Amino acid sequence: MSAENIELMKQMDLKEKLISSFLAFENQVDVDVDSKVHDVRSKAFSNFEQQGFPTKRDEEWKYTNLSSLLKSNYNIFSKGEASLTYKDVKQYFINETDCYNLVFIDGKFNAFLSNTTHDGLDVCVMSAALTKPKYEEAINTYFNKLAKENNSLSDLNTAFSAEGAYVNIPKNTVVPKPIQILNFSTGSEQEILIQPRNLVIVGENAHVQIIERHQSLTGNNTLTNAVTEIFVNKRGIVDFYKMQNDVETASLIDGTFVSQQKDSVASVHTFSFGGKLTRNNLEFYQNGEHCVSHMNGISILDGKQHVDNHTLVQHKAPNCESHEMYKGIYDEKSTGVFNGKVIVEQAAQKINAYQQNNNIIVGDKASVNSKPQLEIFADDVKCSHGCTIGQLDESALFYMQQRGIPKKEAKALLMYAFSNDALKDVKIPELKTRINAIIAEKLDVNIGFDL
Amino acid sequence: MLKIENLQARIEDKEILKGLNIEVKAGEVHAIMGPNGAGKSTMASVIAGKEEYEVTGGSIELNGEDISELAPDERAHAGVFLSFQYPVEIPGVTVTNFIKSSINESRKAQGLEEMPAKDLLKKIREKSELLEIDRKFLSRSLNEGFSGGEKKRNEIFQMAMLEPKLAILDETDSGLDIDALRIVANGVNKLKSKDNAVIVITHYQRLLDYIVPDFVHVLYDGKIVKSGTKELALELEEKGYDWIKEELNA
Repeated sequence: MSAENIELMKQMDLKEKLISSFLAFENQVDVDVDSKVHDVRSKAFSNFEQQGFPTKRDEEWKYTNLSSLLKSNYNIFSKGEASLTYKDVKQYFINETDCYNLVFIDGKFNAFLSNTTHDGLDVCVMSAALTKPKYEEAINTYFNKLAKENNSLSDLNTAFSAEGAYVNIPKNTVVPKPIQILNFSTGSEQEILIQPRNLVIVGENAHVQIIERHQSLTGNNTLTNAVTEIFVNKRGIVDFYKMQNDVETASLIDGTFVSQQKDSVASVHTFSFGGKLTRNNLEFYQNGEHCVSHMNGISILDGKQHVDNHTLVQHKAPNCESHEMYKGIYDEKSTGVFNGKVIVEQAAQKINAYQQNNNIIVGDKASVNSKPQLEIFADDVKCSHGCTIGQLDESALFYMQQRGIPKKEAKALLMYAFSNDALKDVKIPELKTRINAIIAEKLDVNIGFDL
Repeated sequence: MLKIENLQARIEDKEILKGLNIEVKAGEVHAIMGPNGAGKSTMASVIAGKEEYEVTGGSIELNGEDISELAPDERAHAGVFLSFQYPVEIPGVTVTNFIKSSINESRKAQGLEEMPAKDLLKKIREKSELLEIDRKFLSRSLNEGFSGGEKKRNEIFQMAMLEPKLAILDETDSGLDIDALRIVANGVNKLKSKDNAVIVITHYQRLLDYIVPDFVHVLYDGKIVKSGTKELALELEEKGYDWIKEELNA
């Protein structure tokens, strides 16, 4: 048997396991076979069954190879027995800022560590939203309306969707504090596959800030296949922050899908500092005029880390804007991928789409693949993109050294300054301080000031 | 202060300095002149420790200590300052933050505490007034989008902040209009003392009207071929370099 076939067999094992688990799963979550949710899951499941996991032959997965991740013998159903105290996980919370907290441990909701609300807005859990009649209308309107597009990993998540964050902000509501979604895996299982499913609905003229984090507390292999759907209604504003600073045995495949109506503003910030393999599929759909979309990302990697940022913006309406800014610093043998697709439909006249991807290679064996993809069908638009891959500027290093700054500090200062562009829009001060601290730690230096 | 003996240096395979000798004492101002390609900027870069240049012979002593093996930042800590002919743009780092890092790294190297913010701000205010620098300018990214004149003025501002023992001004006059030249020269003159020294590299006599040198040297083909007092600069301005070349060939 060829090596490739052995690979396929191993992957088959996980796929077979998932297939045989699906019935058991539906029994476990006590599904109503007449519900629309059941139909959605079943359809998603059969899609996954047909397509299986993506391989390197898949154009969208050319530079991100999942095969090593799929070899593990993942536990698909968590027993959810692990008990954590606040002290164990305190460091992962943004503490100084008052927040709504949704904490999940090995995929199960932990009410003790959480702080939910139904008072004027819903900050609660998907397990309730998917089963209780009072959420039925919202679920039927929004659930899996965005994530369904031809993506077998999202389908897999949908098929097994049971738990995650459910956030519904009614119109004209400014949520007074940020919402933190924290997913912990504890290692009480040997190897675990977690599939959180989040749904965020931002009503007309409403505003919400969300921080999301996946954190493994174990050395066992953890694979998270997360899906988040975000619907932003007219004039709504959402700021979504993804903190990816996981341990080196944890991998993440994230699908975040954003649908925007007229005059809305949606920003997604992705900070990738840790984890073994991270794949971010981030898709924006602009459905009305005067939408603004922001995508900012910073990746600072070392070791054998791999981060793949795959973005899509679909401009369907005129007079909209999209701004994309991704920065990467790659040390040792780390690898990065940026793929930025922008589709401008014929109706989307007078739009402004801006995309920037800048990379610095520090390690001799580090590499980056960067690919802009512009498909423009309108004739009166402004689309710009730029990509740079380079080393640190030697003349700048000499200049800084001449002024007394040692080489290591000079390098760090340059890298700090380099990534700073993608950090300036972070609107939660404590989060920004945290990220600065993580960057300083990653660069192994004490800068002594905030840029 | 500075004693260079038989200095030889090359970049890749190209010999540039071919046995350069110069001695600069504390309190003195020396001007280095010479035709294009003579090695003036190379001399400045080699003293500052730029790694692209390989020193193949000779010595560079600062206050009796051989600095030729030191890293550029260590030379800066020892008191060497180079005002760049082409100052580098550093986006994302403000002038103030840069100077703060610069001062505190130098203090750290000398085993001193960081400079208190109050003192630092006071000094910044004082020195920026000396060089007629607008406060707004200090919160801009270092050299980014600065005009040629602003870049040079910013170099001298940093010099004023760092108070080096030996300042090398590499064509600080190029790109300056007459007013800016006067401000920059005035700044340099105010910083001059009996304990420090200045080397001025220039093509033109003009700057030397403002920063008056004690000695003028002609650098040609990697060596100092003629030295004199400030009258030599006037003679060069009038006659060019050909007569020196002829003298050498004779």
